[in-house]
Amino acid sequence: MKTRKLETKDWIWIGLIVILAALPLVPGLIGNSFRAHVLILVLLYASMAQSWNIVSGYAGQVSFGHSVFFGIGAYGAGMAVVTYGLTPWPGLLAGAVLAALVSLLISYPCFKLKGHYFAIATFAIVEIFNRLFMVWDWVGGALGLDYPILPDGWKNFVWSETKVGFYYGALGLFILIFGVVRWIETHRLGYYLRAVREGQETAESLGVNSAAVKLSAMAFSAFLAALCGGFFVQYNYRVDPPMVMSLDMSMKFVLITILGGVGNFWGPLLGAAILVPLQEYSRAYLTSLGSGVDLIIFGIIIMLMMIRQPKGIMGILQDFGFKTGQRKPGREEN
Amino acid sequence: MSTLAQVLLDGLLAGMLYALVAAGLSLIWGVMDVINFAHGEFLMVAMYLSYWIGFLAHVDPLFSWVASGVFVFLLGVLTYRFLVSRCIGKAAMAPLLATFGLSMFLKNLCLNRFSPNFRILQSTLLEGKKILLGNIVIGMPQLVTGIFSLLLLFALYFLMKKTRLGWAIQATAMDREAAELMGINTDRIYLLVFGLGGACVGIAGGLLTSYLAVHPEVGSLFGLIAFLIVALGGFGSIPGALAAAVIIGLVEALAGFYIAPVFKYVAVFAIYLAVILVRPKGLFGW
Repeated sequence: MKTRKLETKDWIWIGLIVILAALPLVPGLIGNSFRAHVLILVLLYASMAQSWNIVSGYAGQVSFGHSVFFGIGAYGAGMAVVTYGLTPWPGLLAGAVLAALVSLLISYPCFKLKGHYFAIATFAIVEIFNRLFMVWDWVGGALGLDYPILPDGWKNFVWSETKVGFYYGALGLFILIFGVVRWIETHRLGYYLRAVREGQETAESLGVNSAAVKLSAMAFSAFLAALCGGFFVQYNYRVDPPMVMSLDMSMKFVLITILGGVGNFWGPLLGAAILVPLQEYSRAYLTSLGSGVDLIIFGIIIMLMMIRQPKGIMGILQDFGFKTGQRKPGREEN
Repeated sequence: MSTLAQVLLDGLLAGMLYALVAAGLSLIWGVMDVINFAHGEFLMVAMYLSYWIGFLAHVDPLFSWVASGVFVFLLGVLTYRFLVSRCIGKAAMAPLLATFGLSMFLKNLCLNRFSPNFRILQSTLLEGKKILLGNIVIGMPQLVTGIFSLLLLFALYFLMKKTRLGWAIQATAMDREAAELMGINTDRIYLLVFGLGGACVGIAGGLLTSYLAVHPEVGSLFGLIAFLIVALGGFGSIPGALAAAVIIGLVEALAGFYIAPVFKYVAVFAIYLAVILVRPKGLFGW
């Protein structure tokens, strides 16, 4: 493999990982605290959003169906543990491969649809999967799967005493997914993806096989989203269809990326770093105001953001003159 | 035989109501190329309004639909003025996501204020009334709502095809700049279209309260079905919306009865996908 000269962006990323990896060494920072919970969720949601970013940000195919792939990964790990009494690892891998295959089956016909039609088709797919899983006894039906009590450790990927294990798990996921996206960004596939996003006909006239490019982006994206799903089920010790395969879960992939900056390497991390703490802390501290307050605030932020700067936080930073080393994300299709 | 007729009739009546819900969305989508993601929540707001009017002031949904229609018309106008008009044209998905934010806001506001409980109006004028045709039972509330929806659809169709306002709306949908050059105030047309779309779903919601319980999640499913109907019928087409809505209503009723109730929406979404893959722009789309 040819070695690539590391750019500033790579150094920032490596520095960030070193800092994040060293955080648990600070006494009392991670432990079993609420802060640890929020940090883990930031890493998880940033990873999820980044996996979505591959196909929807870089390739411009806005999918609202990622909770299906996330859910398949979650059920893969969950069924390995609960139904078959194994460790989650083989289930995680099987789920991710299956999610990639399902994504190819779904996308092959759906990529022919344009704009809103593609978006609505992906909604319909989420609803079909949700309702089928609700009545499918083999996967636990509407009750879902509840984890038995397991010994702590990497073998079972569960920890009850401290969240440090989960933290490093989420960090591993974060490194993997952001690494893959950075690799795609700097290699041929990334250029092809952006070419297809900016103009499919033009890209094709230059010899890019746009169908193959979009499908491979989707398969990568689904595989990585499924890994996040596997982590999610381990972290929650249970899974049921509304938790993982719902429109609300799909929208999390979309909103975090859009609020951070779509089609941008840092966008998903920025979006997650702002939205997740906001949501978790408002849920924890505003309960006296009744249920749903966190989502009311969330809704207001989305509206304000779309009015002020639809390019997200990256767009705001660019307005203030920060260089991101990247072309501003272009118009989406349609 | 009479079972089949019963199922078909139920599906048809449901479809007529769906058509009115979807017509508002179709109008907005067809004229502005914007998906109003809060459409289902507009329905929920109308239902809550109708419920509270019925509960506190004892006005029957049969009369209070006017208030629901006017209220959601205003809600639509405000949504356009303060939300949609400010993010339209910035990025393709911005209006969709902004209205998604609005739907989250409305849904959780109602959840917070009115609790997640199901509420249903007691002793409405039509409650429990039914017509018997041999072995077939027709519920009065469903029948009245269905026929009323059909009449409103005709009125909307007439408005679009036969009045100067309708022509202006169509001209704006075809080419905004050209319409502007012809002296049409397209911003006001957009405002009006958003209001009209809201009024359609508002009236539908107001009528629905006479037989359906209201709760904060009630709009989600209706909204989703409305998206499918509009995409299936071809956006902007009112006859398309009616045809697609009846198809969806019939599929729902047939699958619910002959396969299993849990599979009715699976069948609906599967039919949608099957059609859309053969005709990517919907049945009546151009």
